[in-house]
Amino acid sequence: MSKNRDNSILLEMKNISIEGYSDEAWHPIIKGVDLQIHRGEVLGLIGESGAGKSTLGLAAMGFVRAGCRFTGGSVLFGDQDLTKMNENEKRELWGTKFSYVAQSAAAAFNPAHRLINQTIEASVSHGISKTETLEKEAIKLYEEMQLPNPTEIGGRYPHQVSGGQLQRTMTAMAMSSKPDLIIFDEPTTALDVTTQVNVLVTIRNIVKEHNTAAIYITHDLAVVAQMADRIQVLRYGDTIEESETNKMLKSPKEDYTKSLWAVRSIKKKENKNKEKILSIKNIDASYGSGPKVLQNVSIEVPKGGTVAIVGESGSGKSTTARVVTGLLPPDKGEIIFQGQKLTPNLSDRSKEDLRKIQMVYQSPDTSMNPRHTVRDIIGRPLEFYHNIKGKAYTNRVIDLLKMIELDETFIDRLPSELSGGQKQRICIARALAAEPDLIICDEVTSALDQIVQEGILKLLLRLQKELSITYIFITHDIATVKAISDEVVVMHNGLVVEQGMKSEIFSPPHPDYTKLLLSSVPEMDPNWLTKILSSKN
Amino acid sequence: MHPILSTLIKRIGLGVVSLFFVSLIIFSSIQLLPGDFVEAQLGQARTEETVAAFRKELGLDKPFYIRYVNWVGAAVQGDLGSTFSGRNASYANQPQQSTARTVTSLLKPRLYNTFFLAAMTAIIAVPLSLLLGITAALYRNTFYDRAVNASALTTISMPEFFVAYILIIFLASIYQFFPSLSNVTSSTPFLERVYLSILPALTLTLVTVAHMMRMTRAAIINLLSSPYIEMAELKGLSRSKVIMKHALPNAWAPISNIIAFNLAYLIVGVVVVEVVFVYPGVGQLMVDSVIKRDIPVVQGCALVFALTYILLNLLADVISIITNPRLLYPK
Repeated sequence: MSKNRDNSILLEMKNISIEGYSDEAWHPIIKGVDLQIHRGEVLGLIGESGAGKSTLGLAAMGFVRAGCRFTGGSVLFGDQDLTKMNENEKRELWGTKFSYVAQSAAAAFNPAHRLINQTIEASVSHGISKTETLEKEAIKLYEEMQLPNPTEIGGRYPHQVSGGQLQRTMTAMAMSSKPDLIIFDEPTTALDVTTQVNVLVTIRNIVKEHNTAAIYITHDLAVVAQMADRIQVLRYGDTIEESETNKMLKSPKEDYTKSLWAVRSIKKKENKNKEKILSIKNIDASYGSGPKVLQNVSIEVPKGGTVAIVGESGSGKSTTARVVTGLLPPDKGEIIFQGQKLTPNLSDRSKEDLRKIQMVYQSPDTSMNPRHTVRDIIGRPLEFYHNIKGKAYTNRVIDLLKMIELDETFIDRLPSELSGGQKQRICIARALAAEPDLIICDEVTSALDQIVQEGILKLLLRLQKELSITYIFITHDIATVKAISDEVVVMHNGLVVEQGMKSEIFSPPHPDYTKLLLSSVPEMDPNWLTKILSSKN
Repeated sequence: MHPILSTLIKRIGLGVVSLFFVSLIIFSSIQLLPGDFVEAQLGQARTEETVAAFRKELGLDKPFYIRYVNWVGAAVQGDLGSTFSGRNASYANQPQQSTARTVTSLLKPRLYNTFFLAAMTAIIAVPLSLLLGITAALYRNTFYDRAVNASALTTISMPEFFVAYILIIFLASIYQFFPSLSNVTSSTPFLERVYLSILPALTLTLVTVAHMMRMTRAAIINLLSSPYIEMAELKGLSRSKVIMKHALPNAWAPISNIIAFNLAYLIVGVVVVEVVFVYPGVGQLMVDSVIKRDIPVVQGCALVFALTYILLNLLADVISIITNPRLLYPK
């Protein structure tokens, strides 16, 4: 922050309370939070899902989503209280003084309109300037956001540009009216790490350049460390602590804040095992008549160990899992499991082969039948594979619940009565019920909060020790890889870039892609982004 | 080739294939209808010889597949054959004196009438239901929304003939604005034709608006929870702009499908309304022909109906394709 700039208070939220309506009652979402933001300042708002970050961020614009309402406090912008204004008065501020950058650019852009029209739409409709002038300015903003072909890209439709480009276009869209405050709501969460770096850099530069104040909402402490001058930690709609970024990183006061680092503290010791349980040999695979999604992929999985397959979206990690499970018969190559060749197609495999390989999916919400109780969900494989019925059935379900650290009171619950972490535990128990030798975990912790992730990873490690199960762990998160794996496979564009022991992969020399991937993972050091930039130049 | 063009060609090809199957179904199912034209026409006095001769004259003595191929082959060239009923049984032995009319000549004026009524209804009903649907979505859960929904549901819940008679009572009998009989002929001048067709058109409007309006409303409201709608709101756009500019352009696919469905209904399903207003449309012709067992006319009508359905659905497909930038502007 340069000192000579005006850094008076831009917006002040005092004791703000918001309620949401669900299950025929109003529940508090934000419980009397204070928040201040100065001109040109970037405030990081961090917390886990359900902490109320997005609600609070939108409330800073005086906006509440349908089914929510302000119940107390004030949002002061100058001498106006946004909570007391009617919709028309607030619309005068939205798109002029305030802008919003949403999490998923792909969903937040209207598929029916060209990018340039959406970029300048708010400024045009508020009559800020002439359309031609605004278009020229937009092109300049595209340039600043380092978009390729700044003069051309505006003519495209949202589906014609990549996710990272779309996210940058959205930032340009937010800047178009030269607002006083931009709310960034998890703007890089949906992006791959290597894409994220560039978006972070451009957002940071443009906000500084234009001296725009910003509220930067994220669940990732390392990201917010790069972006924010000040950090405010939220939990259950309350402020946990708030301080300057450097101070917060060096000496977080509250236990809760410390726990946000949680996964980064697990470090499994790597084990080497020569005996292989699974060998994937020279697999080519494609969907329908489409292009090859996997090219000559060979992966060795040691018995009783964990192989982490890491890569960005579209790298072929999940396709590899689909080939192993038989959901997608490969075009070429073979899979050797426990010394025997597996039939490529799921429907041709014996029940015994099916039993031995189980899967746990990313989203427990969609991988469980919402109408089945925990008993049915876990019990189904017991019945199917082991023909267990009656009292033994219930006992075995209770045993499995104990294994995943849940008690028998859960047995008659429906998925909707479980938390995200509990749901994922039930999915793990369902996989265990088959008594498999290999479990493929596809991004099992990606949809979960840090602390819950830690719990799930610890559970998986404990189960591995007790039952000597082999895991293939598919993830895009390097911290998770470091935490859980013995061996690591790096994939990129359907190719295996590198495979080796964890210690080998994480120490130089690296192939180019691994180097890029590893260097793109944000670190807690607030100067990390600056360092990356200077090392690139 | 532009992917849209290839998609279009595929759709048209599929349309032709479905038309082929439909023609097969029409032809074979009509063979299964009970009763026989020849025996009915010749009556009690028939002899085996007269029946055989009459059958021969009508081509009914040939095997099924040959009759089908002949029929389809002619239909492709626009010839739907000759009616049975124009012939007189007494001519059965002297085929050269047959006075049978062609099906096309019978169908053409009727078809024109039907299309005229359908077009007239569509001109009133489609804009009206779009307007009502969009405004109901805009002011959803207000009194206006409920009033529009309730009245639309009331009209759709009443049988067509009932709506027709109510309109006749109020608009033709108590207040004599419009005639209650719509007996247009091919020589009726255009304006008079419009005047005569107003009551049936209004009846059909009342019957179809509810469906189209509610689907328009639902298609738009369905989109209102999309993140890009929230984004538009946060740009400070007015509610009407949000709906017209951001929701509607993405709702054309479902809306055009439901409109096509209703337009098809206006052409193939309005026989009751035709009867009430004595309107000489295709529906009446088909029902009459079924009663008379005049197979070529029934087949002709069914084929025209099938063609209408297929063409309108093709049109709806085209609209949903060209309003989808993902298809129009590939990567």
